[in-house]
Order: sequence, then C-alpha cells, then structure tokens
Amino acid sequence: MRAVALIAALGLITIIGGAVAAWHSAIAPVTPPTRQSFAADEVARGATLAAIADCAVCHTTEGGRAFAGGRGVPTPIGTIYATNITPDPDTGIGRWSQAAFRRAMREGIARDGSHLYPALPYPHFTRATDEDIDAVYAFLMTRNAVHQETPPNRLPFPLDRRVLLAGWNLLYFRPSVWQPDPEHDAQWNRGAYLVEGVGHCGACHTPHNALGAEETRRTLAGGYAEGWYAPALQRDSPAALPWTDGALAAYLRTGYAPQHGAAAGPMTAVTETLATVPDEDVQAIAVYIAAQMPKRAAAAAGSPPRSGGDPAAAMIFAGACGSCHGDDAQMMRRGEPSLSLGSAVNAPTPRAVIQVILHGVPAREATAAPYMPGFEGMLTDAQITALTNYVRTRFSGKADWSDVGAEVAKSRSGGGA
Amino acid sequence: MAVLNVNGRDRDVQADLDTPLLYVLRNDLALNGAKFGCGLGQCGACTVIVDGAAVFSCLTPIAALAGRRIRTVEGLGTEQAPGTVQKAFIDEQAAQCGYCIAGMVMRAQALLEKNPHPAEQEIRGHMALNLCRCGTHMRILAAVRRAAAAMGTAENGAKG
Repeated sequence: MRAVALIAALGLITIIGGAVAAWHSAIAPVTPPTRQSFAADEVARGATLAAIADCAVCHTTEGGRAFAGGRGVPTPIGTIYATNITPDPDTGIGRWSQAAFRRAMREGIARDGSHLYPALPYPHFTRATDEDIDAVYAFLMTRNAVHQETPPNRLPFPLDRRVLLAGWNLLYFRPSVWQPDPEHDAQWNRGAYLVEGVGHCGACHTPHNALGAEETRRTLAGGYAEGWYAPALQRDSPAALPWTDGALAAYLRTGYAPQHGAAAGPMTAVTETLATVPDEDVQAIAVYIAAQMPKRAAAAAGSPPRSGGDPAAAMIFAGACGSCHGDDAQMMRRGEPSLSLGSAVNAPTPRAVIQVILHGVPAREATAAPYMPGFEGMLTDAQITALTNYVRTRFSGKADWSDVGAEVAKSRSGGGA
Repeated sequence: MAVLNVNGRDRDVQADLDTPLLYVLRNDLALNGAKFGCGLGQCGACTVIVDGAAVFSCLTPIAALAGRRIRTVEGLGTEQAPGTVQKAFIDEQAAQCGYCIAGMVMRAQALLEKNPHPAEQEIRGHMALNLCRCGTHMRILAAVRRAAAAMGTAENGAKG
C-alpha cells in the first residue's frame, strides 16, 4: 500500500508541478564525429574519468562488447537495462552531440528529450565539470561502434512511464556543479569531487528511500547494491580496525587490505577498474573517505568474540569454512585477516555475510586475487541461516542480527536489491 | 555417526559430523573417484553432486548432508556401460593424467541435467571452478559439448 500511495503521490506531483518540467525538447542528431576531431590528451583524460565512473561495469554484459550496453541492473523496482554508449549511430550514442551528452549527464535527459532513470547516477554526474564530461564524451565517441539494441526495461506499470521521473526530479534532484571547499587542501577536494561526483560512491554506499533516492542527510552511511550491503564510509563504518589513507588506497587498487579483508560482490569490479587509474586519483579518494571515518575502532568492534553459538552450525563452520577461516588454518597462519576484522561480520545487517556465503568471491582470470568458493549449492537456507548467526557470534562482539532467515531467502531468490 | 544417501543407497557412517564428505567417501565408503586436490575449494578434483548441484566435497561437512542425495562418479555408470557424460569424456580422450576428471565429469553432469543445451559461455563459466594441471581443458570442453549433443539427441529421440 505504501508503494501505491507513493506512486500516486509521484504521479500527482508530476501532474501539478511537473507539467512544464516534464517536457524537454529533443536535441538535433548530429553526424557522428570522427575520431580525429578529438584531441588525444582529452580522450586519455576521459578514459581515466570513465574508469573512475565505472561506466563499463554497468554498460557491458558479461563477455559482451565494451560499452555496448544490455546488462540488466537489478533495482528495487525492477530491472533496468544499461544502454549502448558506443558511438553506433543507430543503437548507441553516435548521433548525440556534446550538448546532448552533457544534458544526459547533468540532468538525466536523453537526446530525444525523454527522461533517463536515475540508475544512471546523474544526481552525482551533475556535479562534474563540463570539461570532465566533455572528456568522457571524447573517450566514448572514440570507442569502437557496436550495433546492439538494448533490451526494454522490465518495470511494472506505472513505473515504466518515464514521465514520472519529472516528479522524482522535482522531489529529489538538485542540479549543481561541485564547488571546492576552501577549508580543505587540493587533495581532499579532488577526492571529494571524485567520490561525490564522477565516482558516485553514494549510489551504493548511501541509504536510499522507498523511491530510490539517496537520503542526502545520510550520505555514505551504508546502503544496498545488487543485493549486497555496501558498508558505511563515514563515522558509522563497521570496520573493526580504523581505515588509514594507505590501507584504503591499497584496497581500492587491489581489492584487498591485510587489516580488513577482500572486496566482494559489486565492489570487486570497482577495484578492478580503480587499478587502472592514476595513483594520485585513488590516493585522493582514499584521503577524502578516510577523513570521514573514525580514527579509532568502535568500542564493540574488534572486542573479544563471544563463545558459544549453535553447535550444529559450529560443525558446518569447521567443515565448510575452517580450512581457510579456522584459527589454525594455513590462511590464518600466513597472516591473512581474521573474519573478525571484516566489515561484513561487523555490519548492522547480515546481507554481506549471506551473499558471500552463497556466492563466494569469484576467481579472477590471470591475476592473483582473493578467492572464495560459493556455498549456494551445498548449504540449505536453514544451514546458511545458522552459519550466518554463528559467524556473527564467534567473530563479532556485536549483538545478534534479526530476521536472518528472511534475508537468506531473499538473497537466494536473487531479490533484495 | 550419520546416515548418508550415496548413489541411491543409505549408508551408515562412523565419523565426526565436521568430517568433510570427501574423506568419508574415500576412507569409509571406498568410493575413490573424487580426489583430494587442495582441500580449499580451489581446484574441483573433489566435485560431487548434492541434490542436483555440483559441490566441493572437501568443504562439505557431513553435518550438512542429512536427508540429502549425494551422487559420485561411481553412480553415473560402469566401465562396461559408462554414462553419457563419461562416454563423451572417453570419446574425446579428455583425460591426460586423469586426476581431475571425476570432478570434471560430475560438474559437467550437474550442468547438463539442469541445462541440456548450454551456450559455450555457460559451459566455460560453469566449468571454470575445476582445474586441470595437465592442461586438457580444450578436450574437456569438447567432451562437455559432445555430451550435450548426445543428451540432446536422446531427448529428441524420446520426443519423436
């Protein structure tokens, strides 16, 4: 009922306030610009920004052609397919002028004047400078054109009506350009710009309201993405040991930090692309984020693990997890981080623990990186529930999670985005 | 002490509940098809099927297996009458040293039972968890394709 009322409200707002705002003119199609019309250094800068923005992660299917779209992005309202952003004139953005691309990034309006869903993080990209947006445009327009139609979104009526987004924008979208904070130095400001703008970290790490808008007063306070929990990156950070600039920069580049653990879920792809960008940008991101997190471990985090726990779950832990995560396991003797240091077991929600038990940390081809097998096929929902509770008890000093069974069922069915 | 249903038969097992299924299969039940490779779920030599899904038996404590159906390579066929997937592996000569092959066969079997017509990407994605140190992956993939084709023919025959 709540959702119905919200949609009705959205419709009403669109009708009353949005009649004018909802209408945007098309921007005339152009002849696709030639590669030679872009300067090489601008294309290179665009490549870095596109990596920080992780364009390829959403706009490429698994095993598909880069930037050709077609990947289904699961959202709480349905599946939205990322579009083809190669310069193909018919199925991509080949006929988009620079002005049309700027408007899409800044305002969430496609070349033809229709609204784009905020799965494209334009509420973040709006903060980017024109210069940077133009560089990304130069980068994308010099990729190989791929002729590939984007599947239609799978959204229920009336959420499939893009005009509703005019109401959403009136409620939640504030166009703006990033302004540096003179209180802080250039590195912090560069980090802030990348985190809050191009890098759109808040798209996952900020809590979202029922209509999918970020709660602006709780920026980076922890959110959900593709069924995973994205931990808080500010004072509520669940990390057992405080993150330093250096540890965070290393984590962002390698997907692993010895005092914390390994990236998993959607964060793995983020770290894979950040490995390709200039070190000074990753350092700036790390400095900005670490400055917001606690300098000392939270009282409860890292406190001695509690004893006890379900003996049946202890058996499953010993047999399924113990050969790597047990006290005397080879991995522990080598000095890899204990589960007690991970954000997942210390988080306010069991979601990340459940997801990593189900799906593991997939192996990466041709690179030495953290790996964990998934236990989706091996363990029943009841066993994963018991194991999740056991892991919390054994490795975190924090209170038990509630509703773990429901969370397991939701994660197993692929829902819970 | 536990009762495990292995290849359709209930078997009484004297072992601690945190014992990995692999040890019980090999040491207690003399089912030596599944192999110990890494003990960490990284190589797939120990792969068996539990309730239709391919699992690493080295990481599956028998505590997790009450009331569940376990299948090993021994349950697919015999030397004289190999199962469809086993036969495809023989026909493609997919084994070199053979250490990984029981696990490969079981992982392929689990895929083809769920999806008899997998695309190449699906085969590769599914089989990626199992490693062959001899490097016969191309023949193994050919065997999986051959098994899929054979199963498809059988399916069509049954329909026709």
